Amino acid sequence: MKSHVIVFPGSNCDRDVAVAIKNISGHQPQMIWHKETSINQSDLIVVPGGFSYGDYLRCGAMASTSPIMQDVVKKAKEGVPVLGICNGFQILIESGLLDGALMRNSSLSFICRDILIKPKNQSSVFTKKTQVAKMPIAHNEGNFFVTSEQLKKIQDNDQIAFQYCDENGNISEHSNPNGSLENIAGILNENKNVLGMMPHPERAAELVHGCEDGKTIFESILN
Amino acid sequence: MTNHNWQFQTERSLVENHGLKLDEFEKIVEGLGREPNLTELGIFSAMWNEHCSYKSSKFWLKKLPTSGERVVQGPGENAGVIDIDDGDVAVFKMESHNHPSFLEPYQGAATGVGGILRDVFTMGARPVANLNALRFGEPNHPKTKHLLSGVVSGIGGYGNCIGVPTVGGEVNFHPSYNGNILVNAMTVGIAKKDKIFYSAAAGIGNPVVYVGSKTGRDGIHGATMASAEFDEDSEDKKPTVQVGDPFTEKLLLEACLELMKEEAIIAIQDMGAAGLTSSSIEMASKGDVGLEIDLSKVPMRAQNMSAYELMLSESQERMLMVLDPLKEEMARDIFKKWDLEFEVIGKVTDTKRLILMMNGKEEASIPINILVEDAPEYQRDYIVEKPSPIKEYKSEDFDQDNILKDLNTMIMHPDLSSRKWIWEQYDHMVMADTVVRPGSDAAVVRVHGTNKGLAMSTDCSPVYCKHNPYEGGKHAVVETWRNIIASGALPIAITDCMNFGNPEKPEIMGQFVECIRGMGDACSKLNYPVVSGNVSLYNETNGEGIYPTPAIGGVGLIKDLSNVKTLSLKEDGNFLCVVGKTANHLGASKYISIIQSKEEGGTPEINLDAELRNGNFVMDAINQKLIASAHDVGEGGILVAISEMCMSGNLGITIEIETDFPHGYFFAEDQSRYLLEVSPNNYDECQKLANNNDVHFEKIGIVGGDKISIKNIGDEQVSVLKRSFETSIEQISH
Repeated sequence: MKSHVIVFPGSNCDRDVAVAIKNISGHQPQMIWHKETSINQSDLIVVPGGFSYGDYLRCGAMASTSPIMQDVVKKAKEGVPVLGICNGFQILIESGLLDGALMRNSSLSFICRDILIKPKNQSSVFTKKTQVAKMPIAHNEGNFFVTSEQLKKIQDNDQIAFQYCDENGNISEHSNPNGSLENIAGILNENKNVLGMMPHPERAAELVHGCEDGKTIFESILN
Repeated sequence: MTNHNWQFQTERSLVENHGLKLDEFEKIVEGLGREPNLTELGIFSAMWNEHCSYKSSKFWLKKLPTSGERVVQGPGENAGVIDIDDGDVAVFKMESHNHPSFLEPYQGAATGVGGILRDVFTMGARPVANLNALRFGEPNHPKTKHLLSGVVSGIGGYGNCIGVPTVGGEVNFHPSYNGNILVNAMTVGIAKKDKIFYSAAAGIGNPVVYVGSKTGRDGIHGATMASAEFDEDSEDKKPTVQVGDPFTEKLLLEACLELMKEEAIIAIQDMGAAGLTSSSIEMASKGDVGLEIDLSKVPMRAQNMSAYELMLSESQERMLMVLDPLKEEMARDIFKKWDLEFEVIGKVTDTKRLILMMNGKEEASIPINILVEDAPEYQRDYIVEKPSPIKEYKSEDFDQDNILKDLNTMIMHPDLSSRKWIWEQYDHMVMADTVVRPGSDAAVVRVHGTNKGLAMSTDCSPVYCKHNPYEGGKHAVVETWRNIIASGALPIAITDCMNFGNPEKPEIMGQFVECIRGMGDACSKLNYPVVSGNVSLYNETNGEGIYPTPAIGGVGLIKDLSNVKTLSLKEDGNFLCVVGKTANHLGASKYISIIQSKEEGGTPEINLDAELRNGNFVMDAINQKLIASAHDVGEGGILVAISEMCMSGNLGITIEIETDFPHGYFFAEDQSRYLLEVSPNNYDECQKLANNNDVHFEKIGIVGGDKISIKNIGDEQVSVLKRSFETSIEQISH
């Protein structure tokens, strides 16, 4: 089991996700500085959360042009699982690996709190073990949007990974924290080996976090 | 001072515009043996203002207890350091950014956070938690909405980006802050005890290195501005506010911590208030050496900056270091990797002078000791005003049918309501070590990779301080102590942020003196020393001072995270018990201010012996695993505290206690009290422990259902109260 975590200037969840992977898989992931140009054989590449390049210009835009991203895109196209969390999701969209855009939250403010999500696609390498799950979000730009044609495409191809829901798994406006279209919290690429999601599973991965639901996502990829 | 015959070449108005008194200028001339040039005048102005020199407060601050068995470094360095076992230390400090935040709330608050973070990582610690203490004017004052929204997004904007969780804080609204809000920011970091970095320069000839951002013209004279009162024209001072860049600070943090792993840094000091001036002088003074700096080598963001501007700029995200010359290239590579400036700008000398060169010309030459040891120090006149008298309230003055209605009104008030709208804008979980999130008594953060944690809380009750500064000073300290105990931790030490009005007014100075006396007595009794702090004076607008506000930040250690307690009620059938006596003290309470719109009746007094006994009892009971949840009884009294436990746990309670003065019992703010949830199985053991320690411990209700139900009075749904509790702060911002 070999995993890799990409570190950009301004990443700040790189250590957190590495700790979660280590705790769950027993294997220490390798940290990859963004100026490097290639990643060795990998079973999982994580693009972590944070504020790469301070979110200047546009969230994820500058990081998507970092040298390492060419190889991340290449590996993703070869089928290596790639997981982007929060700012990592934004970077994967900016890199062209995922559809859509992440706009400013509808409340126009940063939101940090627990939310509930449930998988729409229940067969992907990332989502197959998860039921309704509680984990935190912490973002300013998580309001997912795609054009109606793109939406139809990702729906038809079962690319919606997670949707914000309530305790009973109902998808409603009330359970949507940031205005995302169709309550979308995470999406997959066409081949289902790339996942971008706004919630932070690595922050709900130990008893001291108050909730361990986030572990299911790592368990389904790592074990 | 007004009768001086001006006999100097330097214009008198120039001296006054630099915030220097005329006799202070005479002292400079005497020290230098000549009149200063403009650059030197600027340097003296920066070093001798109240903010940097503590000239009015130093004499009194020395009276605070600052030592203890866990104190590794007390006041005087960038931050205080305490031992938290296993070779680990916690490094922390709280600092004010009041004046800039009133002028420009987003940047003022953001750079306040940036500044205190640097103070902590300068010492070799990785910051693990941010907290704050905020005071705004009345909720309906026309400026409050803008200031509240701006400050909250500024704190979030900086902390969220750099990736340090903002885990706790406190907020008050009071008319005395209408023209002068308070923004106090605290950072807690963790380091290894044998890897703490200090600021004393050493090694004659060693390179002085500038790292971080370039220097621009922003923030020139910020510290001088922060040492003066506000008036109608204060908006014009906006250009003195600095602009923060949390992304650069994140790079600076990582680069510094990376370099600190090597044996390369001899001394390090962040450039905070008064920028290059105070950092270079601090390093030279602490090391008892001189520094020679070539200002033309300073990385500049603007063209044609003068020596004066370079020395007084408060551009953010900069550090000054003295390096081992053999490690210079290695250090340069690290900063290059992080895309930061790295420039050797001078060297350590044996002259004991600060010598500034620019383009081959000497711009300043000042003996360090005149700037530091000879800085003015005042024992200002003070008057201790008589505390507001204590009023005895009687049951017949209140209508007991209104108890639950009054409760609802109180928890809707912005001073007592949920702060969720604020802390949801702060990333309080990044670093994945947050164990107790905002909204409980103290926040708890795990020491990474261990099973121990730090508990942290900030507190102050300005109304108590105004009506009795001595008891108010005691209260601010013990409130953090109680919060830390209620979370399951051993309280260790505090940092203080002393916010007061104009110290040249004897009654304001009297408030300062009395608050210090109260704080000192509490710290001594509780073995809870002060390890760092900051003073912010001249918090006045148009001659009107703020309420005395000695904000305290306390830190405690939880050796075993399984002992962490929160205030949420846990289980049906458990008993709710009160620790400490209730004597119906309604004076200066939230009940009187919110329901009766008055401020009267006198500050409650604290019996420190009882405080210590009750606190030790709660600690013992938690450590013996007898307690399900714990909460201190603070502002608003017992019923507000009970409802907080119910709302947080989504559980009801039946309150059985009988009292002949319900308003007194339920809303009094008598001190040294806690509420404990105890399972019936542990109740006898708890009672025995209390009896053995001479502690008042009494069962007052049984947990269960979905209502707060008070015998002979009535009941209310917890969900209804929760709706009231969670709306008011958000409403201010709309």
